[in-house]
Amino acid sequence: MATLQSPVRVAFDYTRSTGPVVGRFFAGLRDGVVVAGRTSDGAIVVPPPEFDPVTLEPTTDFVEVADVGTVTSWTWVPEPVEGQPLDRPFAFALVTLDGATAPLLHALDVASPDEVSTGMRVRIRWAAERTGAITDIACFEPAPESEPAEVTLAPAGAVDPVTGIVVPVELDYVYAASESESAFFRGLAEGKLIGQRCPSCGKVYIPPRNACPSDGSPTQEEIELSETGTVTTFCIVNVPFLGQKIAPPYVSAYILLDGADIALLHLILDIPAEEVRMGMRVKAVWKPREEWGTSVENISHFAPTDEPDADFDTYQHHL
Amino acid sequence: MAHHKQLAAVVGMGQTHHRAKREDVSMAGMCREAIDRALADADMSMADIDAVVVGKAPDLFEGVMMPELFLAESLGAAGKPLIRVHTAGSVGGSTAIVASTLVSSGVHERVLTVAFEKQSESNAMWALSVPVPFTMPVHAGAGGYFAPHVRSYIRKAEAPNHIGAIVAAKDRTNALKNPYAHLREAKTVDDVLASQMLWDPIRYDETCPSSDGACALVIGSEDVAKASPNPAWIHGTAMRSEATSAAERNQVNPQAQRDAVAYLYRQAGITSPIDDIDVAEVYVPFSWFEPMWVEALGFAEELNGWRLTEAGETNIGGKIPVNPSGGVMSSNPIGASGMLRFGEAALQVRGAAGEHQIDGAKRALGHAYGGGSQFFALWVVGSQKPTS
Repeated sequence: MATLQSPVRVAFDYTRSTGPVVGRFFAGLRDGVVVAGRTSDGAIVVPPPEFDPVTLEPTTDFVEVADVGTVTSWTWVPEPVEGQPLDRPFAFALVTLDGATAPLLHALDVASPDEVSTGMRVRIRWAAERTGAITDIACFEPAPESEPAEVTLAPAGAVDPVTGIVVPVELDYVYAASESESAFFRGLAEGKLIGQRCPSCGKVYIPPRNACPSDGSPTQEEIELSETGTVTTFCIVNVPFLGQKIAPPYVSAYILLDGADIALLHLILDIPAEEVRMGMRVKAVWKPREEWGTSVENISHFAPTDEPDADFDTYQHHL
Repeated sequence: MAHHKQLAAVVGMGQTHHRAKREDVSMAGMCREAIDRALADADMSMADIDAVVVGKAPDLFEGVMMPELFLAESLGAAGKPLIRVHTAGSVGGSTAIVASTLVSSGVHERVLTVAFEKQSESNAMWALSVPVPFTMPVHAGAGGYFAPHVRSYIRKAEAPNHIGAIVAAKDRTNALKNPYAHLREAKTVDDVLASQMLWDPIRYDETCPSSDGACALVIGSEDVAKASPNPAWIHGTAMRSEATSAAERNQVNPQAQRDAVAYLYRQAGITSPIDDIDVAEVYVPFSWFEPMWVEALGFAEELNGWRLTEAGETNIGGKIPVNPSGGVMSSNPIGASGMLRFGEAALQVRGAAGEHQIDGAKRALGHAYGGGSQFFALWVVGSQKPTS
């Protein structure tokens, strides 16, 4: 049977402190000016490197270069993906702006690869709204009328620098459960808790892991475990945080199911948090059957049973 | 076991002023602050350096995959070997050990190592709690992970409730003597006990801050160290790891750490740790880990570490001062936190720790751990060349 899979999206709006050099470059873009750095070997580089490649000192000599230049190399992008500068086929081009000695990589907006060539003249198409980011350059476009020209490098004066930008990052992937995990999750869809016993050390793992984490032996023998167990240890989560799925306060507990040799992390409810104890006996409380999937979340939580607490000696080697 | 190691020593150390947000510098600029200070301390320039070793914690913390790629030029690594090390929270320690190994193996004479974290660019709590499909979404960051194990320690050791607060008050107060520390505020045990319970049994003031910062070391060979007025000789290093999810794994006193400590002390010729070591910089991100780890480090009998703390023996002036710099409890640029422990240990035996100097410190221990208490990295440094 195929293993279980599920899509996952990890996304976060990271912030970047730009520092004074990249910040100066971004401030230029915001003002519609391309700011380059003059390095100790006389090169004029866009964007300016934070530290001189030879002396390793911070770059401090900023000059303005033209917004037209020459393509020095390129590649065609027939099927753009989300997040790229253009949503139609385009070229990625290395463009040496007039006045600069090193190229900048950006998108070139042309309809087909037949319209791109090394040596062609191009111009920056500025974004309608500029915020002080590389996206202030919407892309490059052909500029057949422009001739390569000597540029008088004007010193780029002090301006209100850009200090930070926001960089949304998204990662989409498919989570694939292992064979034995898939059996465990499918067992949950039938209301069963299925672990595996290691043939070498005899320890029973839940969730099963295909191989024993202690000795590496492949594990195959399935064991159906009880839905009662003992709280070995726990914490009460009082702190709210981004992405949290359960409203605090809640008790996150290690529960050693009867017959298992490793505790499972789950939620404790039906008892005030401050009354939860190490050694407390608990039982799985399942969600209504119609809400079940192939997930540990089929168990809503664990709740206390009316048994006396387990003796410390019975679980202290699991701490 | 045959050893043919070359001697190696820390000859330069630099760190940033650790802060909640360093919005004035980029990642590269922040690393360079630490690097430039380490090179100045070593009386070297980047041209003298043979290789660069960089460390930081998980990429999700800043959302940059392989930051060593874009950092290489700024770190001065162009044209030189550049290695990145990654062992979660212990990475600062592991990175220093990898750098020292490049010298002790005789491969290089002068190695620069730097570790950093710019926590303000992300949210580590979020990054450590990304839900995994089909599982129960009860994870709650590093605090949520470690709090149950702290509870286990308290129960096993029958430790009084206020020990974590003693450690927190001590470390925060020590940080007043460290101009680089992030949190510099005097705290009393009562202040700490009155702070909000975040991940019961861990309170707000018993938790490390979230910091931006970097640390860099220059490690040199015996020949290089001759030119240094005060090298910190490396007497031993150890790294060990273990499975995160093995049945009956001891999370209070992990086997990998016990093995690492035994191996370390054998190299360094340490038989009575509390007598042979003058000061320890130990990775304590939640205050209760001080009593736990001083046991693992052999400064106290098992389940008696809290008595050492309670008796004030881990204070500056105690039998074994722990974290006179203020430790992770006062500054936590995660990737750099382990290297700061290693670097602060070196500062102590070089007599260069400033106001938090332990008088006459001859041998010091640096320690880091990471993952779910899965990775361990330690070293012992001394003011004298190792004899063993």
